[in-house]
Amino acid sequence: MPQLDAKGRHAVAFTLNGRPAAVEVETRTLLTDALRHGLGATGTHVGCEHGVCGACTVSIDGVPARACLTLAVGIEGCAIRTVEGLAPEPGRLGSLQAAFRRHHALQCGFCTAGILVSLDAYLALRPSPSRREITEVVGGHLCRCTGYAPIIEAALEAAAELRGEGPALAPSENAHA
Amino acid sequence: MKPASFGYVRAESLEEALDALRQHGPEARIIAGGQSLMPMLNMRLTKPAMLVDVMRIAALKEPHVEKGALVVPAGVRQAILLERPKLADDLPLLASALPWVGHIQTRARGTLCGSVAHADPSAEIPLCLVALEGEVRLRARRKARRITAEAFFTGMMVTEKADDEMIEAIAYPLRRRGTGYSFAEVGRRHGDFAIVACAAVVDSARMRLAIGGVADRPTARDFPHLDGSALDDALNAFAWDLGAGDDLHATARYRRDLVRSLGRRVLEDAAKVTKGETNREAAPCRS
Ligand code: FES
Ligand code: FES
Repeated sequence: MPQLDAKGRHAVAFTLNGRPAAVEVETRTLLTDALRHGLGATGTHVGCEHGVCGACTVSIDGVPARACLTLAVGIEGCAIRTVEGLAPEPGRLGSLQAAFRRHHALQCGFCTAGILVSLDAYLALRPSPSRREITEVVGGHLCRCTGYAPIIEAALEAAAELRGEGPALAPSENAHA
Repeated sequence: MKPASFGYVRAESLEEALDALRQHGPEARIIAGGQSLMPMLNMRLTKPAMLVDVMRIAALKEPHVEKGALVVPAGVRQAILLERPKLADDLPLLASALPWVGHIQTRARGTLCGSVAHADPSAEIPLCLVALEGEVRLRARRKARRITAEAFFTGMMVTEKADDEMIEAIAYPLRRRGTGYSFAEVGRRHGDFAIVACAAVVDSARMRLAIGGVADRPTARDFPHLDGSALDDALNAFAWDLGAGDDLHATARYRRDLVRSLGRRVLEDAAKVTKGETNREAAPCRS
């Protein structure tokens, strides 16, 4: 049975956005800090650090979870996905990200990484969500800028686009761009 | 904030977890989904010297039906149980209440047994266990015991569990024919702690109402079949006996009001089943 002492540093291996990752942490290191400080993956934000705001949400083995309520030593062997994994290539946005841009679904952007990851994981499990389901998912996040309505519109539009319905606008064709 | 330092054991079997508990005694805490304990650690409200992670114990992962009850072992996450196809048939009360527990992002990790161990007086999972007269199955290295939910919760975040024990499983009695169940809750926002949560179980013999968020633990009372002003009086007495207090979220008076009005609503809703009507069960009111 693996037993890790309190003061030492311990190697943890997992996959981050599809690539193998390894980091050395203390037992008390939160997944947020392992990602941000250990690996320099600062896309995942830290707000309240006690599970309330959702800024730190990452996907663990396909389900959205609070990274600030997750011990890094507990994710040995897990598949972690963060906002850095959403874009198909540098310089191009994923469908959800592009819909957020079209709908002005972010202002300061502090909450955005967590919300995108939550929605991305949810849409992968349920490609045809109702507005109410999306509202529930977004309800697990605090956003102090947008008032949530544009986030919900963006999510519904991205879901339709990912199902292959409706005209998908490239960001450059967007009237607001 | 960040947790204080602790040693960490990733137990691969129940025996390993129980050995670690025996060895470290009051210094050790079990960690499962972490959705209650991690905030406490981050805020340094608790500083255990040793955490025993039980989420890799394969034997604690499978909910199963046993002698008329759904047994939910320590490793079962809330989201997994919520996806169980027959949950609304087997346990309509729990199926109505679980969507009120946190958010999908916390239910994905949090376990049912973890919520019971944490024993927050406003939590829905312990409330349903008390309402349904379920049991808590405790295990230590050398002994196992079963205790009723009502006897398990002894105060605000205080339980009967000894330092060398862990909750191995909880057991919810399955839906009984001719019995109605209903759940309702009022909170500031969906997913917040309940200001008042109500769970009703009504059969031909009695009406049972369990209340969370008011007393220092989930509390149930059985009534004979009452209606009209007799029911008002009984609920009023119950509301006062719960000893509500004022806090940031609600006054004692508002809490008593909710016990009377929401309590009545769930009892009447659950009673429909005993009269051969269907109740709203899996569609909780979104007050
Ligand atoms: S930082 Fe994790 S929920 Fe706020
Ligand atoms: S965009 Fe500023 S908090 Fe959401």
